[in-house]
Amino acid sequence: MNINIKILSATVGICAISVSLIGQAFADADNDKLVVDGKVITTQAKAPADSELEKLYSGWRFRADETQSLQMDDFENPAFVAVDQAEDQFAMVEGKAGKSCADCHSDVTDFKGLRATLPRWNEAKGKPETLEHIINECRTDRMEAKAWKWEAPEMLGMTALIGLQSRGMPVAVKSDGPMQSVWKKGKDLYYTRVGQLDMSCASCHENNYGKMIRADHLSQGQINGFPVYRLKWGGLGSIHRRFKGCMQNIRAKPYKRGSDEFVALETYLATRGNGLSVETPAVRN
Amino acid sequence: MRLGVKTLALVVLFSATGISYAGNVGPDEVKLVDGKIAMSLTGSNGDAAKGRDIFINRKQGNCLACHVNKEISEQAFHGKVGPPLDGVAGRWDEAELRAILVNSKKVLGEETIMPSFYRLINGTRTMKKFKGKTILSAEQVEDVLAYLKTLKEE
Ligand code: HEC
Ligand code: HEC
Repeated sequence: MNINIKILSATVGICAISVSLIGQAFADADNDKLVVDGKVITTQAKAPADSELEKLYSGWRFRADETQSLQMDDFENPAFVAVDQAEDQFAMVEGKAGKSCADCHSDVTDFKGLRATLPRWNEAKGKPETLEHIINECRTDRMEAKAWKWEAPEMLGMTALIGLQSRGMPVAVKSDGPMQSVWKKGKDLYYTRVGQLDMSCASCHENNYGKMIRADHLSQGQINGFPVYRLKWGGLGSIHRRFKGCMQNIRAKPYKRGSDEFVALETYLATRGNGLSVETPAVRN
Repeated sequence: MRLGVKTLALVVLFSATGISYAGNVGPDEVKLVDGKIAMSLTGSNGDAAKGRDIFINRKQGNCLACHVNKEISEQAFHGKVGPPLDGVAGRWDEAELRAILVNSKKVLGEETIMPSFYRLINGTRTMKKFKGKTILSAEQVEDVLAYLKTLKEE
């Protein structure tokens, strides 16, 4: 209840702010500093040498103050309801093997650093893997429990909880070695114009970030805060859900969550954010 | 009576090339020369008031997503991806504006983010319900054009 009222007032606040921006120059990320729990989180980083971007900015820097502030305090951050539930889930026995996550991983803090390196190559499978794949492999192979759906509340909560362990660490995803072809495929997808509106991801997030597109302040489309709690969704959503929404907005048929295409796109986007801090779970409007 | 004859003549003219709307120039038949389309797509003038609505409507022109336009100050949230359209009628003539609307890529450059509102070849993977369709109809393009022609003040 408390949370609902807060979100409502935040949304009203955002509208008021955006209205006052019309007709005003507002062409870049703002200068706000993200501090959570007394810890400074890097929302700006030097672009890697081969980057098409001059400087990297987290999506947080493009949000209105009201949305930003929800992410500055874990008690206000609505994503933490799901994170708390995931902590319980972590200790819950499920599946034929009679095990919980905690039986193999004594503490969820063991996963510190993991989020910052994903997606990565899985040698045994000969395929790239995301956090969702890793979690489901534990569930099916080691717990003998049912795999979670990509966008299931349990999966979102668990990816948020595990991601949180790396909060503040720099993203460092590999694009070389066996990941090179995946990365290359993701890059091609990023620059391919799709849909009736005939745009690529780059049309908005590389060439026009910092500008308003109707009521939305375009960011670089970074993924360092996912899964994010989106006020519009009223809950957490995965990286692939965001991709799907952006494709639909330009009237393109989206790929499926977990598809090779979206895994490749995730890989490419992750490397575009190398150097930014992991912010999971971020809050967006 | 005179109008009837003209329409008939147009239908006869275009039926040979397989056009879908009687009387309208189909997206494949548009003659875009030197950044201009001289002829109305419908053979007549559009309705500026309707064009204004299409300009605003997020499911139609959605022009406000990218363009500031002072004449529509009652609407919040004007985008800034493209240039302001205040006074646009003084910068481009009618034939040029029609060409920009129909096929922005041929006038503003292949790389432009501005959609082409009346052409069939767009990005890959277009959703089924929009496949083989233009974003706006010939009538809608002429309506928006009629509205743009009223934007004379900087
Ligand atoms: C028509 C413009 C447009 C296109 C094209 C587009 N997006 Fe977006 N995207 C947005 C808007 C608007 C938002 C919400 C505000 C923001 O963060 O930019 C957004 C948000 C995002 C976010 C969330 C960023 C954050 O910090 O929360 C990601 C990730 C993203 N887009 C990826 C993509 C990808 C991948 C593609 C191509 C498949 C794409 N976008 C194409 C407009 C677009
Ligand atoms: C997704 C963004 C986008 C949308 C939607 C859009 N435009 Fe544009 N438009 C642009 C950009 C960007 C330019 C400038 C050319 C460039 O840089 O590519 C432009 C240029 C123009 C120009 C030339 C302006 C000048 O002063 O040179 C006109 C006229 C125009 N647009 C009209 C429209 C109309 C009318 C609509 C809706 C039916 C529309 N646009 C929708 C992005 C957009």
